[in-house]
Amino acid sequence: MTVYIGLFLMATGLVFFLGTVLGVHRFPDCYTRMHGAAKGDTLSSILFILGILLVSIDGFGIETMVRTAKLWFIIFFLFIASPAASHALVAAGFRRGVVPWKPGNASEKVEAGEPS
Amino acid sequence: MVENCLNVFGCLLIFFMLPLLYRAVVGPTTIDRMIGVNIIGTKTTILLLIIGLLFHRIDMFIDLALTYALLNFLASLAAARLLERLGRGKEHESLIRVEAGGKKS
Repeated sequence: MTVYIGLFLMATGLVFFLGTVLGVHRFPDCYTRMHGAAKGDTLSSILFILGILLVSIDGFGIETMVRTAKLWFIIFFLFIASPAASHALVAAGFRRGVVPWKPGNASEKVEAGEPS
Repeated sequence: MVENCLNVFGCLLIFFMLPLLYRAVVGPTTIDRMIGVNIIGTKTTILLLIIGLLFHRIDMFIDLALTYALLNFLASLAAARLLERLGRGKEHESLIRVEAGGKKS
């Protein structure tokens, strides 16, 4: 039973990852892209690892407990690290002078200081 | 049935990575490229766990996935710090100044 719940969680994570991909591919500038990327990426990763945790459970042995503890540590680490990395990247872009997108300008090559 | 589902999920993950790879190659700014690379790295963690389930060696692949997550986080922070230090203005002059003096720009 837990196997099917895990597969359902992994399918849900795949849907959220599709949303992330569409957001990164379609949004106009790097701030909105990171808006789509940070949340969907974190949630889909957590759902996938929860699904893998439920699929890989067999019995109540010490190996299963160690494996589950490691997977929970990966979840906890991703929950902290993924938004932190996203925030660091976007803050670097903001201090670097990337111009935010406005509905007027159609061009996407707007980074100041890009040699191009 | 479970292994078939895991195969399909892994293939769909790789298939969904292709637009991110496109964004990492032709992204207009450097930050866009870093976003694409960051998400691909996070999903590679998941892909390593799925490979571990398929090979019945999940106890080994969990450690690999944990290391990969740590390395990905550190690489993103280091790249963000470097891009921030390069700063606005002309990139080459900032790079030379950082290499020569090592002081804050």
